[in-house]
Amino acid sequence: MVQCVNATAQIRGVKPGDRVVDAQAVHPDLHVEVADLKGDQILMDRLVHWSRRWCPWTAQDGADGLVLDITGSAHLFGGEARILRDIVQRFAMQGLTAKVALAPTQGAAQALARYAPQYTICDPQNVEAQLSALPVQALRLDADTTRLLTRLGLRTIGALAEMPRITLMRRFGHLPAERNPLILLDRATGHVPSPLNAPPDHMHFIARARLPEPVLDPTPHLNSLVDDLCTQLAKAEQGARQLHLTIYRIDSECRSVGVNFAKASRDPAHILRLFDGEIDKIDPGFGFDLLTLEALRVEPLSLTQDRLDGTRDTKADVAGLLDRLTARLGQDKVTWSTWTETHKPERVEGRVPALTSAPSAADVAIRERPIRILKPAEEIHVIYAVPEGPPSQFRWRRVVYRTVRQAGPERIAPEWWRDKPGTRLRDYYKVEVEDGRRFWIYREGLLHDGRGGDPRWFLHGFFA
Amino acid sequence: MENDSTYGQVIQLPRRRPLLSQSKRDASALPSLTDLLTQTPADPSATAFLSAKLSHTTNPILWVQDHASRRDNGHVYAPGLAGFGIRQPILQVRVSHPRDVLWAMEEGAACPSLSAVIGEIHGAPSALDFIATKRLALRADGSGVPVFLLRSGDPGVLSAARERWRITSLPSKPHPHDARAPGPGQWDVDLFRTRGRAPGRWVAWYDPDASHTADRLHLASCSNDGAMEKSDKPVPHSTKG
Repeated sequence: MVQCVNATAQIRGVKPGDRVVDAQAVHPDLHVEVADLKGDQILMDRLVHWSRRWCPWTAQDGADGLVLDITGSAHLFGGEARILRDIVQRFAMQGLTAKVALAPTQGAAQALARYAPQYTICDPQNVEAQLSALPVQALRLDADTTRLLTRLGLRTIGALAEMPRITLMRRFGHLPAERNPLILLDRATGHVPSPLNAPPDHMHFIARARLPEPVLDPTPHLNSLVDDLCTQLAKAEQGARQLHLTIYRIDSECRSVGVNFAKASRDPAHILRLFDGEIDKIDPGFGFDLLTLEALRVEPLSLTQDRLDGTRDTKADVAGLLDRLTARLGQDKVTWSTWTETHKPERVEGRVPALTSAPSAADVAIRERPIRILKPAEEIHVIYAVPEGPPSQFRWRRVVYRTVRQAGPERIAPEWWRDKPGTRLRDYYKVEVEDGRRFWIYREGLLHDGRGGDPRWFLHGFFA
Repeated sequence: MENDSTYGQVIQLPRRRPLLSQSKRDASALPSLTDLLTQTPADPSATAFLSAKLSHTTNPILWVQDHASRRDNGHVYAPGLAGFGIRQPILQVRVSHPRDVLWAMEEGAACPSLSAVIGEIHGAPSALDFIATKRLALRADGSGVPVFLLRSGDPGVLSAARERWRITSLPSKPHPHDARAPGPGQWDVDLFRTRGRAPGRWVAWYDPDASHTADRLHLASCSNDGAMEKSDKPVPHSTKG
C-alpha cells in the first residue's frame, strides 16, 4: 500500500492508497521505501515540541501537519512574513519541506497551508474571500461528504458558503462536528471558536550552579546541585534513570559525565556516591563557571516506605549495587546471563548489561556440562589409538596429559539453520587424566567427511 | 503494646535487625571470608566445592573475575554450576585488573541482599595484600554476606580470611555403570587455617541425589595424613552444604 508519494511520483500519477505492486507495474522505475508509521508519529511528536521555539502553543494537525498559535509572538521574529520564512528555513535545515500559511483561525490556516500558494497570509477581514477559491476537501471532510457535495455541484468553499445555512443544517445535521461541513466552515471562518489543544511541555529537571568566578574542582558544588535536583524530582514524584553533569568552561567548551541507574532513584547520597569516581574524568581546563545537573531520563517514583519488620528491600539493594558497579566499570563489564536454545555449548549462555535487563532463569541441562569453559576452545595435540576414538594422550599449554578414563562421545552436530555451510560436527569426550583432573575435549569433524583435512582436537572445558 | 503517660498506648518497634555476625552466626553458617587456593592450573575443584557449600536461596550471586583467571581457569559456565545446585541468578563482573576485582567484591560484600560474593584472582598481585583481605573480611562481617576468594597460581601469602582451604582434584569415584568412564568427582580439601574449629584434611564429593540439601556435600577424613594423629582429629561427618 502506498502511504505517501513525493512530487515526481505525484506528477506521474501515483496516489497514496494504491497498491505498491500496481504502481510498480505501471512505473517500473518507481523507487519504494518501506514506511515507518510509528517512527513518523514519534518524529511528529518531537517536532510539536521543537516548534515551540516560535510560540508557546503548538499541536499536531492531522497526520502530517503542525499548527502553531503565534498570537503575540510574530513580532519577536520580525513580523508575520518573516516568521513564515524562518519556519520554512529551519525545517529545510532539518531536511524537511514545509508548506506554511498564516490565518486567523486554525481551520483556515490548515486549509490555506495545504491548498493555497506557499507563504499565504490571510487577514482577519478577508478569511472568507481567501477560502472561497479552495476546494471543499480543504475543510478536511471525509470522502463520502466530499462526494456528496461534488454531486450537488458544490466544488469550492465559496460555493458552500453561499448556500443557505438552513439547507446545509438539514442535509448534514446527522454528521458529527468533526465531519460536518457547516460546522467546519464556521470554525474556519471564525464564527465558531476552535481553541488549540496544545500538549503540555515535557517535564525538564535541571539544577544549575552559577559561580562568581571560575573554579577547577566541581566536588564542593555537587552536593547542593544534587539536593536541588532531588527536591525537584521529589516534588514531581519522579526518579532519575539517567543523570548528566555538565561543566561550562571559560574557554566556551563544555564537558559532561553521566551516570545511569538500574532503578529510578532520587536519593542524594546514592547519586553522590555514583558521581564519586566519575568527577575525576572531567577535564576542567582553565576552570569553569557554570555547572548543570540534568535528569535526562525520568520515571515515576512514588514515596516508598521501609518495611515495619526492619528487613531490607532486596531489589533496591541489588539495583544500587548495579549502579555503583556499572558507573565505575562500564555497562559491558557487569552482566546477567541470557539463555538461548541451542546445541552449541558456547552459545547457550549469553551476556546482557545488568543495568538495562533483568536476570532470567536457565533451563535445566539434560547432559552433564563442565563447570568452567574456555572461550574460545583451545587446540590440543593428541595421540590416539584409533582415529575415531578418544585420545590416549594430549598436549595442552605445553603440558602432556595421559588419559586414564574417558566417557563419550557425545556428538553435537552443526546447526544447519544457524551455522555456516561446511561447519564440522563435534564429538565431545570427558576424559580424566592421571592427576585426577577431568577435561572436556572434542574432535571437530570426522576423517574423510569431505569438510576439510584431518580432524582437529580442542579442549573446551573443565569438569569438577 | 505499652502504656505511656505522655503518648498513651505505644507500639515498640524493633530498632534495627542486629548484625548477623553478632547474633546467630553459628557453627553451620558460612564464615565471612573464605580463601580457596588451588595449586594446579585450570583446576575447577575449588569452584565446585564452594558451589556445593553455598546455601540455596533466590538472591543473586556476585561473581567477579579478573582477566588472568578468565584466561587460565576459564569462564564460569552456569549450566555446569546448576549441576552443583546453583540456581540463583549470577551477576558476572569481568574486569581486567585485580584492583577492580577487590573493589567490586567490597561493594558486593556491603550489599546484604546477595547470597554470596565470589572473586577470582590469579597469581599474587600487589593489590591483594593482607590489608585488602582484612577490609573484605570486615565488610563481610558487617553485612553477613559470605565472601569467597578463589586464588589460583598463588604461593599462599598472608591473608585475613576466616577460613583458608587448599583444594585439588582427586581421581573420580568409579562410574556406577561404566568402569572405563570417570564417575562423580572427588576433591582433596585441606582446611589449613581456621577459627573456632580444628583444621583438617578431607576427601570431599558432591552427591546431588541426597534428599536434604545440607547433606549433599560429603567430607570423609583422609587416612594417610600426619595431622590426623592429633587428638582433635575430625571424625568423618557431613557438613552443611
